[in-house]
Amino acid sequence: MCGIAGIIHRGKKVNIGGEMTAMLQSMKHRGPDSSGYAVYGSPSAGQLVMRFKVAEQEDLPRGLEIHDQIKRRRAEVDSRIQSLGGQIIAAEEATEYAFRYRIHYEGDLRRLADHIEDVDGTEILSIGHALELIKDLGDANRVCQQYKLNQFVGTHAIGHVRMATESDVDICSAHPFWAYPFKDIALVHNGQLTNYWGKRRDLERRGHRFMSNCDSELIAVYLADRLNGGYSLEEAMTASVEELDGVFTYLVATSDSLGMAKDVMAAKPMVLYEGNDCIALASEEVAIRSIFPDEIETLDPYDGEVRVWRN
Amino acid sequence: MAKLTKEPDQKQPAHRVGLHTEQLVGRTQQIFFSAEEEENYFYPDSLTVDFAKRAEFDAAEMDSRQINLTIRQLMGEGHGTIVVHNPLAKHSLGVGILGRLQLHFEGSLGYFGCGLIDGPNIHIKGRVGWSCAENMLAGTVVIEKNAGSSFGAALRGGDLVCRGDVGGRTGIDMKGGTIIIGGRTGAFSGFMMQRGRLIVLGNAGKNLGDSMYDGIIYVGGRIESLGIDAVPAEMTELDVDWLNRKLKTYGLEAPKGAENLQKIVAGKRLWNYDNLEPAEKKIVL
Repeated sequence: MCGIAGIIHRGKKVNIGGEMTAMLQSMKHRGPDSSGYAVYGSPSAGQLVMRFKVAEQEDLPRGLEIHDQIKRRRAEVDSRIQSLGGQIIAAEEATEYAFRYRIHYEGDLRRLADHIEDVDGTEILSIGHALELIKDLGDANRVCQQYKLNQFVGTHAIGHVRMATESDVDICSAHPFWAYPFKDIALVHNGQLTNYWGKRRDLERRGHRFMSNCDSELIAVYLADRLNGGYSLEEAMTASVEELDGVFTYLVATSDSLGMAKDVMAAKPMVLYEGNDCIALASEEVAIRSIFPDEIETLDPYDGEVRVWRN
Repeated sequence: MAKLTKEPDQKQPAHRVGLHTEQLVGRTQQIFFSAEEEENYFYPDSLTVDFAKRAEFDAAEMDSRQINLTIRQLMGEGHGTIVVHNPLAKHSLGVGILGRLQLHFEGSLGYFGCGLIDGPNIHIKGRVGWSCAENMLAGTVVIEKNAGSSFGAALRGGDLVCRGDVGGRTGIDMKGGTIIIGGRTGAFSGFMMQRGRLIVLGNAGKNLGDSMYDGIIYVGGRIESLGIDAVPAEMTELDVDWLNRKLKTYGLEAPKGAENLQKIVAGKRLWNYDNLEPAEKKIVL
């Protein structure tokens, strides 16, 4: 089933991690397998934030060797960043297997990403000036506590609670997905694509990489491909409604925007609250009510609708 | 003993406004109870209430099950007017009420609100999510704001009214009753409807009335496109009279008058069934 949520504040920063946790936790019944956040904080000039993992949570109970492997993999990632001319400004250990680095790097982002992901078991969750992508197994409260998201201050966020249906219960199949290798673009999706394999082969031939078999990843890669071809975000999303087959509603976020697209059948739910200084969307209104308990005007976006809001 | 069959009367107004012009007299038309048998109109576990006896409660800290059980408990104590504060868009509220009741929600409902009801009058001050009043049999449900998709899916009877806009697939598979929408409706509204009336005072999305078998759709605004086998029909005096009476009941008006609504019915080109049940068809073949 899965549940998605998004929120963007105009002209102010708030505890966006706490707000998104409340929204996701209220939709726990839509998917208890994993929870994920793409939160947008304060960008630092000349610095990139990179979130990456070098193992899955489920790898840890499988023996003592994994602990040494994690250390070796992390050291190899450090070495590759430095060998490509990057500089690690700060390194934080979010969990034993997931890390947050602040780096200085002015080279080709795709080259950096490819070199890091070449390290065994390593996946970059996000790279951006403002974006930080966090996802792990369990409900939103657990992930929030694990990654200390309750005090994350920012302008906007998207999030996802997952009920795994056609791919594994692991971090790499969890949402959100980063639109590799574009800075600051992340996506969450509720639905099912029926032309997944055909589209995936097209995109792989065009040089894009896939880290999972989850159809939602394809939308992120599709948007990245269109952005690479010179489309604006809104144009890329409009094209996706025409070209992607199936039933879907997805949210996409960039460094300053939040977008929503709904398939032409409008078969997946989405509720929208559009206030003057805040826009909130979720698969269920109960998520919006978790942060706006007072009576507000909400509506269902219509079939084929594409909307983008800026902060 | 209930009559098992009833000969449809060709002169009934329902036939003349085009609700069901075809004459089916086979086993599909059997009526299994009659109005003369009073006991058929009462459910074994329905509750007798007094509308003058009023109760209110705050649902903010309650889950859906607790809220519904509280409504039932209050009905059991004879309360005929119940006000629920702070429903906070929780799901499946006000479902399965099989009897008379005045129920007021002072806020919004989530998904599957007011489903499978038979008799209550429900007023919702806020908005409702997907599948409101699904399989409703009788009574009224009035929503002051907007509604989500699949509004009144498989409606059997009663009046379902939304003063604002609704999502897609409104009245999908409806088999009776009336749905009234003050604003706009989304794509595939009236999809596979079999009986009943759907009134849309605003615009209608694409594929309106797709594969409808019977029933009538009235639209006051622009229709994006008609679905397969949905065709325009002429308004009659009976249509206009009925629309004026029905809309007046809920304080609504057609933007350019009821006589200027567009009427959509089934073209019946997709009707490929007859009066025979599959077993009988085998014998004929």
